[in-house]
Amino acid sequence: MLNRALLLKLLSAVVLFGAWEIAGRIPVSFAFPTFLESMTALFEMTMNGMMFEAYSETLRPLAIGIAISAVLGIAIGLWVGLNSFFDWLFSPIFIVMQAAPLAALIPLLVLAYGIGLTSKVIVVCIMAMPVIVLNTSGAVRNTPESIKEMGQSFLASKTSILLRIVIPAASPVIFAGLRLGISAGFIGAILAELKITPTGVGDIITYSRSIADYPSMYAAIFSIILLAVLFLNLLEKIEKVLFKGNQRGYVSD
Amino acid sequence: MAMSPIKEVTAQTTPMEFESAVSVRNISKNYGDVEALRDMSLEFPRGQLTSLLGPSGCGKTTLLKIIAGLLEPTSGQVEVNGKTVSGPGKDRAFVFQDFALLPWATVIRNVAFGLEMRGVAASEREAIAEKYIKEVGLAGFEQSYPHELSGGMRQRVGLARALAVDSDVLLMDEPFSAVDEQTRRKFQEDLLNLVQIENKTFIFVTHSIEEAVYVSDQIAILLPRPSRVSEIIRPSSFRDKGVDNIRRDPEYLDIVDNIWASLRGYVE
Repeated sequence: MLNRALLLKLLSAVVLFGAWEIAGRIPVSFAFPTFLESMTALFEMTMNGMMFEAYSETLRPLAIGIAISAVLGIAIGLWVGLNSFFDWLFSPIFIVMQAAPLAALIPLLVLAYGIGLTSKVIVVCIMAMPVIVLNTSGAVRNTPESIKEMGQSFLASKTSILLRIVIPAASPVIFAGLRLGISAGFIGAILAELKITPTGVGDIITYSRSIADYPSMYAAIFSIILLAVLFLNLLEKIEKVLFKGNQRGYVSD
Repeated sequence: MAMSPIKEVTAQTTPMEFESAVSVRNISKNYGDVEALRDMSLEFPRGQLTSLLGPSGCGKTTLLKIIAGLLEPTSGQVEVNGKTVSGPGKDRAFVFQDFALLPWATVIRNVAFGLEMRGVAASEREAIAEKYIKEVGLAGFEQSYPHELSGGMRQRVGLARALAVDSDVLLMDEPFSAVDEQTRRKFQEDLLNLVQIENKTFIFVTHSIEEAVYVSDQIAILLPRPSRVSEIIRPSSFRDKGVDNIRRDPEYLDIVDNIWASLRGYVE
């Protein structure tokens, strides 16, 4: 069965990349390289160390931003979900954050925090955190009443109810939020590099476009998507290990 | 109401020959302006099964949750073994209508949950949990997850969890209403055996008249708006005739008819 899932994944990759190759060969636009050209560029950039250099730059705001968003986002989400006062206080901030046209606000951030790491981390956080907070708080609020009552009647302490019942029960939705938030964080990291200062992967994209080296540009874009997909798969694995029985939903459904 | 085993009950008339494990004294419960329970008093004899029976909205689950310590009464008090209830306690265990199992935990971890919360060491609580899993007939399913079990099996897990903490009083909130008819019958028979083997006091909420009469030593009929105890019925003759003969017993049938006659007017 595992082989079948793997086979389907490979098949869909082949279809996608095949379509890309064909679209590049037609070509749909002179600025759209074929899949093979892009992969060759990717291979070259990996071999001459350019990619590693770029990622050592890009991963810093990305990793810091995602770590802050995940830890702080889940913590604030729990807080907001469990306490109506903090809900009233914080929820609007995150709803505004999620709806804000970030690209237009970046100049303001640069004005306040300069063009360094801080601004980029903030961009990643603004992209990643709202959905994590809102998903976590929503999930916590919707913990089935009967399993909380079960905890109480079997003498679980408040902490135990939170750690052993509320959080595991909310975990599928929290993880869904993490997945959405982290993908948004990847977008944020590249957005920051395109809009604030061209460094890392953003630099490769900007520079290759300026000299019409489209295969390199698409190679860079491809690599960041690949990294995001791999990371999200890892997250899914973690979730499966942590909350095995959750995969089939609630018992009382 | 000419039937001999049925008698009108006013507050706190417990037959003297019974020792009460749980006493409910003048309990009232209001939700805002809505009066859910008014001045309700009831005694639950030790080692017996008492059913709370009534039409929906009569507050039977509310009363059970007040006894469990999950809800606070507006006034009045509940005593369990002479001690006033101020919250959930070691002397009571709860069986939930919707099973309330943890979907991410295996059967054995679900059954051991109450013991774990009481600080029982891992090896000891697993041994106890295994024993009760066997007792409810789920041996071999220790490592299964709840979603892999049928509805009836899930409720057996819920029952094992409540038995594992070895409380004096077992509170059951319509425990068989979410399982199919055949499983329910089997459960009812098993419950009768359980009441005999385990020296526990059972408080059983149900909306099924037949079920109440079949399993109960004492049936409290609750009437709604505001909720009050209208009768207490103690079936006398068929309890010892064996599980197979109860449903044919004339007294059983008479009591069922009689309860329906008194409840009919309250069912919309």
